[in-house]
Amino acid sequence: MNATILGPSRFGLGALGHAAPPADPRAGLLAELERYQPAPAPIAGLPGSGPIIRDLAAALEERKEQRKAQRQSGRDKAAADSPPEPPAAMPMMQAMPAAPAKPGEAAPSPELKAARAAVRDHYLAAVAARTQVALVSDTPFAERLVHFWANHFAVSVDKLQIIPLAGALEFEAIRPNLMGGFGDMLLAVEQHPAMLLYLDQAQSVGPDSFAGQVAGRRGKRQVGLNENLAREILELHTLGVRTVYTQQDVTEFARALTGWTVAGLKPSKVLPTDRPGHVFAPLIHQPGERLVLGRRYHQAGAEQARAILADLAVHPATARHIATKLARHFAADDPPPALVARLEQAFLTTGGQLPALYRVLVDSPECWTGAKFRNPWDWGIAAMRALDIKTLPAKATSGLFTTLGQQVWKPGSPAGYDDTAAAWAAPDALLRRVEAAGRVGQKAGVIDARALAERLYGTTLSPATRVALAGAESPAQAVALFLVSPEMLRR
Amino acid sequence: MLNRRQILTRAALVTAGSFVPRLALARPGTERRFIFIIQRGAADGLSTLAPMGDPAYAGLRRELAADYAGLPLIGGMFALHPALKEVGGLYAAGQALFVHAVASPYRDRSHFDGQNVLECGAARPYQLADGWLNRLLPLLPAAEARALAVSATVPAALRGSAPVTSYAPSGLPDANEDLLQRVSRMYATDPALHPLWGEALQARSMAGDLAKAKPGGAAEAGRLVAQMMQGPEGARVVMIESNGWDTHSAQKARLNAQLGGLDAAIGALRDGLGEAWSQTLVVVATEFGRTAAANGTGGTDHGTASLAMLLGGAVRGGRVLADWPGLAPAQLYENRDLRPTRAVDAVIAGALAEHYALDPARLAARLFPGGIGKAEGGLIRA
Repeated sequence: MNATILGPSRFGLGALGHAAPPADPRAGLLAELERYQPAPAPIAGLPGSGPIIRDLAAALEERKEQRKAQRQSGRDKAAADSPPEPPAAMPMMQAMPAAPAKPGEAAPSPELKAARAAVRDHYLAAVAARTQVALVSDTPFAERLVHFWANHFAVSVDKLQIIPLAGALEFEAIRPNLMGGFGDMLLAVEQHPAMLLYLDQAQSVGPDSFAGQVAGRRGKRQVGLNENLAREILELHTLGVRTVYTQQDVTEFARALTGWTVAGLKPSKVLPTDRPGHVFAPLIHQPGERLVLGRRYHQAGAEQARAILADLAVHPATARHIATKLARHFAADDPPPALVARLEQAFLTTGGQLPALYRVLVDSPECWTGAKFRNPWDWGIAAMRALDIKTLPAKATSGLFTTLGQQVWKPGSPAGYDDTAAAWAAPDALLRRVEAAGRVGQKAGVIDARALAERLYGTTLSPATRVALAGAESPAQAVALFLVSPEMLRR
Repeated sequence: MLNRRQILTRAALVTAGSFVPRLALARPGTERRFIFIIQRGAADGLSTLAPMGDPAYAGLRRELAADYAGLPLIGGMFALHPALKEVGGLYAAGQALFVHAVASPYRDRSHFDGQNVLECGAARPYQLADGWLNRLLPLLPAAEARALAVSATVPAALRGSAPVTSYAPSGLPDANEDLLQRVSRMYATDPALHPLWGEALQARSMAGDLAKAKPGGAAEAGRLVAQMMQGPEGARVVMIESNGWDTHSAQKARLNAQLGGLDAAIGALRDGLGEAWSQTLVVVATEFGRTAAANGTGGTDHGTASLAMLLGGAVRGGRVLADWPGLAPAQLYENRDLRPTRAVDAVIAGALAEHYALDPARLAARLFPGGIGKAEGGLIRA
């Protein structure tokens, strides 16, 4: 396939239906790196994580009030016997809209309903903004990189606190650092309230910290160290699984991270109440020197974990890990070793300057051959860009990707969505795409799919697709067939 | 079941056009109604109204012709497809008029282009941006010009400057099965997608009929449309899209289902419209016909002339209009298709002119500037 046709789908988000193909695809991609906008209008107009945390706090408070009132009423023994606090990871997105009351549970109060709606609306608005930017962007290579990194540093909205904050992580930590150093992005992500809440860092307390000692004397056993974030930083965000770290490194890193928390979610004696968001709380930080990957960190307070992160960000294992993931995303499910080596080298020589890696990708022949199977997000966005659909109602957007099997920001695990065909090229998923394409075709209006396919794929269009489009029984059916053609399913 | 007001409210939400005056005073005026049903995909006129009296027919159609053995002939040589029970009843009651061997000016065999010519009324595809049905609306009294498209979007025939609304009842039969079959063909040569798709279809068939259209869906749709055409603020001009007529294979079963659905919808329209049926004109037409001969997969391929049906209490029916061109090899168009001897645009323009008491020549020129025939007369009861 020639570069003019492959470029917009491999590197970008799929060609826009009306746009002329790029004259020089490689130069065009490199120019995008200069033109990229960290905060385009739909995103700039959203509230930041501060106001979102206030709304989230209100929802949590209302829920607590309701439970309290219910327990006090004591009219139903079964309700009183049920666990007073749900496990943190339990509430699903689906549970957020006013769910019917369970037996023995009072119907949600109007205040709780409103608070839940506010939380859900933050999510829907963020999904809509992300989609809106993707649909119209003229720097789609940069936008693909945003999506790549957001998936590398994945949070998942199957946890209540993450529902309103997942978008903010992408908008506040990923986007501003897209053209910077890997270490800058890493630090911004690990300090973001969404990540601190998702991987339980916010509750992690150093056993020998002031607060830890007080709690220990009072016999509060649940207060203590949580290793979740420390482990996932080593395993997923930086070095990679089964590389150079040990359990001892995880524990030591977790100790160093204590104090990195989120203010504003609930009344607190140790946290500031006037500025919701990430804070360092010295009263819960584990004092003392730490030993991580054989290196001693004697810094005090927040500087300690910062120093560890800075070293992790330029570690050779990190370079290899990031190089492998980028190569998998832009070249092939089985990353070509030569490309991985080139990316790794660029990472190490520049200290993880991300644009240097992006240039290697554009300049590498491995990224200009073969085909990647589009995941549902990629496919949905590419389909809408091809049809020049510029905007979509928030609920419809969220619903579309859920139906296609990839709810936005809900990979279900901190490992993010899988980046290989095996995860997405499944029978039912394919059927759903065909059904969705049928519906989109019906609503697409007057579009000649034959001409569109010609414009987007030219002479590379396969005979099978050409025959299918020419023989379709209606323009709407031809649009549907084009959207699920082998060409459109891949990038 | 929604009541009519709810349906109208929902319909009004679908498009900005909406029904114009929400509470238009019931003008002392006529109750004339017009329904255009487009059969997308090239419906086989030679099966809908089979020319059993043509000596070449049985040989060309082989097993496809078997269904008509022993059926009574109408117009001296035609047998109506057995699935068309309601339509047959209308014919017997003098409310169905068949016009055979008709075609638009279009002579190639692309569905899109053919439908575009049929719907826009130009001589060539994409020459006109608006459709003939929309151009009709300003010529009608306001009370009779409230137009509705029964589909998710407004189809080309109804597109234009006159306000139109659209509403798609969920029960409308769709071409889902057909789309799936076409996807199968498109993936046949793709080593990764072909097996995946096979599994998907297998799983789907195991899931049973849940994914398929409900039986009775077409009748339900017909009832719904009739309901939306009732009352002083109901629609008076309606376009219904019927998909799934592109029967390249397994035509016998598919056409049986397609015609059965169409027939049920028409029966439901007649019942639902009640007294208004007597002043209703329904035109059923398709972009082109199918090959005279059956192909190797139990179906037929894209052809040229086909059948148009005029139905309703307003129609001077009980007749077949045909200058039968014959099906012998020398009589076929390009040695393969039924040769067109009448113009579908002349039929539609002529019927509408009589239905709405408009000047036939001027109406034909306005609706079908690319038309090839003189507006036909004597189609509607005086």
